[in-house]
Amino acid sequence: MNLLGAGILKGMAVTLKNFIGSYFDKERLNTLEYMWQNDKSLPKRAGDYPKEEGEQLRPTTTVTNYSRNFPMLLHDDGEPMDTIRCVACQICERECPPQCIYIEKSDDKKERPGGKPQFYPATFDIDVSVCMSCQICVEVCPFDAIVMNSQFELSTPDRFNGLLLKRGDLLKSNQYYHKIHPEEAADRDKRIADDKAAKEAKKKAAEAAKEAKKKAAEAKAKSEAEANSKEESKDPSEPPQTSTEHNKEENTE
Amino acid sequence: MGPHHPSTHGVFRMDVKLDGETVVDLKPVFGYLHRNHEKIAENISYLASMPFTDRLDYFNSMTNNWAYAIAAEKLVEIEVPERAEYLRVIMAELTRLVNHISLVGFFVNDLGALGTPLLYAFREREKILDLFEQASGARMMCNYLRFGGLRCDVPEGWLKRARDLVDRFPKFLDEYEQLLCENEIILSRTQGVGTLSRDLAISAGVTGPMLRASGVNYDIRKVDQYGIYNRFKFRVPYSENNVGDCYDRFMIRMLEMRESIEILKQALDGIEEGPVMGNAGKVFKPKPAEAYGRIESPKGELGFYLVADGTPKPYRFRVRPPSFINLTVLRDMCIGQQVADAVIILGSIDIVLGEVDR
Repeated sequence: MNLLGAGILKGMAVTLKNFIGSYFDKERLNTLEYMWQNDKSLPKRAGDYPKEEGEQLRPTTTVTNYSRNFPMLLHDDGEPMDTIRCVACQICERECPPQCIYIEKSDDKKERPGGKPQFYPATFDIDVSVCMSCQICVEVCPFDAIVMNSQFELSTPDRFNGLLLKRGDLLKSNQYYHKIHPEEAADRDKRIADDKAAKEAKKKAAEAAKEAKKKAAEAKAKSEAEANSKEESKDPSEPPQTSTEHNKEENTE
Repeated sequence: MGPHHPSTHGVFRMDVKLDGETVVDLKPVFGYLHRNHEKIAENISYLASMPFTDRLDYFNSMTNNWAYAIAAEKLVEIEVPERAEYLRVIMAELTRLVNHISLVGFFVNDLGALGTPLLYAFREREKILDLFEQASGARMMCNYLRFGGLRCDVPEGWLKRARDLVDRFPKFLDEYEQLLCENEIILSRTQGVGTLSRDLAISAGVTGPMLRASGVNYDIRKVDQYGIYNRFKFRVPYSENNVGDCYDRFMIRMLEMRESIEILKQALDGIEEGPVMGNAGKVFKPKPAEAYGRIESPKGELGFYLVADGTPKPYRFRVRPPSFINLTVLRDMCIGQQVADAVIILGSIDIVLGEVDR
């Protein structure tokens, strides 16, 4: 025979044990906040943690790898503003459904590694209080310059300026992108490399075609010249023909 | 009554005229969530409207995307690749599970069983939302479909995880049905309450599970056979009586989930590797034309009517929301019922105010 209410007392004992225990041993708490954080000092604003940039936010789940929150701007290795991918073409600004992107184009052009000098965004603001995380800007960007960040700790006491992310807040390195979305970043890099290779191959093919054309023209000129010389040998009293052939050859070059 | 608590049925008010506890007259008041969706869509490009459709019926963003994609694909006649069609069906049926399981949870919540049944339902819903997040990047606002295919392929191992979930789901349904379907309180509170006759349902344009609960065998998956629904073998549950009450509407959803699982199993068996995006160009600029695309969303017939005028923006953009049209029969169902029953009648209609108000 069980004592009436014994089960309740037993259950309450467990609760009490955990309740008191939690004051002495934080590990007893089931709910852990910011597990990567060693000290409990509260962050001042977004970007202060995780301590190491790009550290896994929820190590126990794989879901975060795929999640998206707000956009960020990518730059390659080196000084952020020297290697920024954005060329201020303003396509994302035009396409953004809730119109939360504001871009001002620079007046001057800047040298890019392995490319022509390009414009850069003098101002690039994203109002994250308006942004709806739809990823349209990422899709329309022809330069792979804007991608989605998965950082979610963006609360701030300043409702207007705090939620308006400036160019400096948005700039993140490609390594960071590789850390938060490994698969997606690898795919994107592969595509960029493929595109580049395809472009170069195309360029090469165009050059080769040009070369071939030139050769064909030369051969044609040669054969015509030969024909002409034959004609000349037949009738040496017509010299202006050869001079026009010569002009043609110069033109093809 | 209302505006209701935001986490149950949205911001909705009922002007109720009472005689004691009996409802004499009722006038639904809505529009608190109006966001000008249709007019906004006429001022932005076709693609930019896609994330806004997520926010119509925020439980079923995948099916909303699909209805819009079908309408846009009719405008320009894009071919959708095989794998994308399969994934669309998988996503749509998972969405149906999400919607029906939440509906049943909220319905029992309205009956007075606070919390527990709803949280059981939400536990299962969360597993499906995790799958959505892995595929599309977001739990609820998926924005996953594109004109002519999908935004991206599902990650590696996703299909296996989906298969695991589908295999485990019937066990949960068994448990849930055992707890709820023959529960004495549920039977006495829902049977004979909020009746909707077959004739009224048809003449009011009611669609979806509500129409089938009133005894009409009508499912757009069977009628239109959009996508690749003609390849799957499934049954459409509908009531045998010509009058549907709250219990019928509740049971129809439980039965539909079983059928969704059947479709999911067949789709997961049939899916093959391949591209997920058709030959749609980067710029979507249809010639002047009009198109109406509709699907069987979990709530009923969801349709998008588009008029193109040759510019990158639609000339007219119109949504045919199932919740809104199903809501029009609320007054007829509530008259003569008790006040407490008006709440569960509203719950059994299955409305989402984001879609009603747009």
